[in-house]
Amino acid sequence: MIEILWFLVDSMLVLLLLALAWTTCSSRDVMRAVTLFIAMGLLLAIIWARLKAPDLALAEAIIGAGVSGALLLSAISDYPSTAITSHRSPLMHGIINTFTLALTILMSWAVWHGLNMSDGVRLSEQVSSQIPVSGVSNPVTAVLLNFRAYDTLLELAVVLTAVLAVLILNDKRADSAASSPLLRGMTRWLVPLLVVTSGYLLWVGAHAPGGAFQAGAMLAAAMILLQLAYPSIHRGFNLYLLRVLLVAGIFTFVLVGLWMMSANDDFLAYTPAWAGTLILIIETAATISIAAALTLAYIGGRPTGWETGDHVITGKEDAG
Amino acid sequence: MISTQLLYSLAGVGLFAIGLRATLLHHLLLPRLLALNVCGAGVFLIFIAVAYAGIEGMADPVPHALVLTGIVVAVSATAMALALGRRLESKESETMKSEAMKDE
Repeated sequence: MIEILWFLVDSMLVLLLLALAWTTCSSRDVMRAVTLFIAMGLLLAIIWARLKAPDLALAEAIIGAGVSGALLLSAISDYPSTAITSHRSPLMHGIINTFTLALTILMSWAVWHGLNMSDGVRLSEQVSSQIPVSGVSNPVTAVLLNFRAYDTLLELAVVLTAVLAVLILNDKRADSAASSPLLRGMTRWLVPLLVVTSGYLLWVGAHAPGGAFQAGAMLAAAMILLQLAYPSIHRGFNLYLLRVLLVAGIFTFVLVGLWMMSANDDFLAYTPAWAGTLILIIETAATISIAAALTLAYIGGRPTGWETGDHVITGKEDAG
Repeated sequence: MISTQLLYSLAGVGLFAIGLRATLLHHLLLPRLLALNVCGAGVFLIFIAVAYAGIEGMADPVPHALVLTGIVVAVSATAMALALGRRLESKESETMKSEAMKDE
């Protein structure tokens, strides 16, 4: 009985997800497509929770739906038209449809075949046997910052590279018009709460769902909200400090890695007794860097005065 | 358990296919990016469906960590693509303006 109920819930979630994906992709208006995409992100967060991946559910709700949504919505204004039209010929349409259908059938068969084969080696047993020496008790944090710490270091490098590209390519968008008093009032309440929640997520990541990525994205969400409510707030940023914060995560990570290399002969091979503390130090720095990176990505380019490092309001800017 | 894994994996395949089709069909940047993100979500879903080990079982944390990394990388890549698109758009409008000036 209970299985049938679960199956019904699962089928409903899957059907909703596919319907949202389809409408996102076939929508004729960019605004509509982005809104549907955000809704799909939220539904995905529910699905991650259903599949027992609460860390992902948190990350998807904050990053997948929240930050990406804000990024995409603010990008809409860069384009003159919001109508989506396809210029492919009917022949091309047919070819693409046939190709996708063939690929879908092939992949479905591969998935079905793969799942029906013998169970194979699962890494979860190895992970759970090593948890006691990892310094944390949340298996996902243990994998991210201890067993596969090298991957996470490189991921921070990817994030930094992407933000550097954003900074190189553009100046920031023109300030938007002043926001409504309602939003400003709500922001006053929400931002402190978001900052506290972010700190909580960072701390709790050691033994429960949470961690640097969720905390960093939450902090970035607070900054984005501030930007929306007070469009000229970025003028108050200390740009030297911002640069330091942007690279703090990677710098701390590499420093800890090299320090552990001098002690244990291997890059990022933590001494088990210190592992918990080291992970917390790295995560704190990473949280701040991710928050700075996502905030700059949302602003969409160099804040005014980025080249010189300090913001001096000149007469020209005042006129513009 | 297998049926749950299968259901969500197939949904992942479906998501990937929907995203891929739209990526190939559209020619504007923003809808393409959205479609590509849908594509990515499909890949993530396959990973997490395979990691699932029943209501009582402990799900495999390694794919979870991989997908967490993937989500953050996806949003960074999206931000970079949007920045490239914005640059392209401003260049195009500049060219159009200068051509209009020449015509006059």
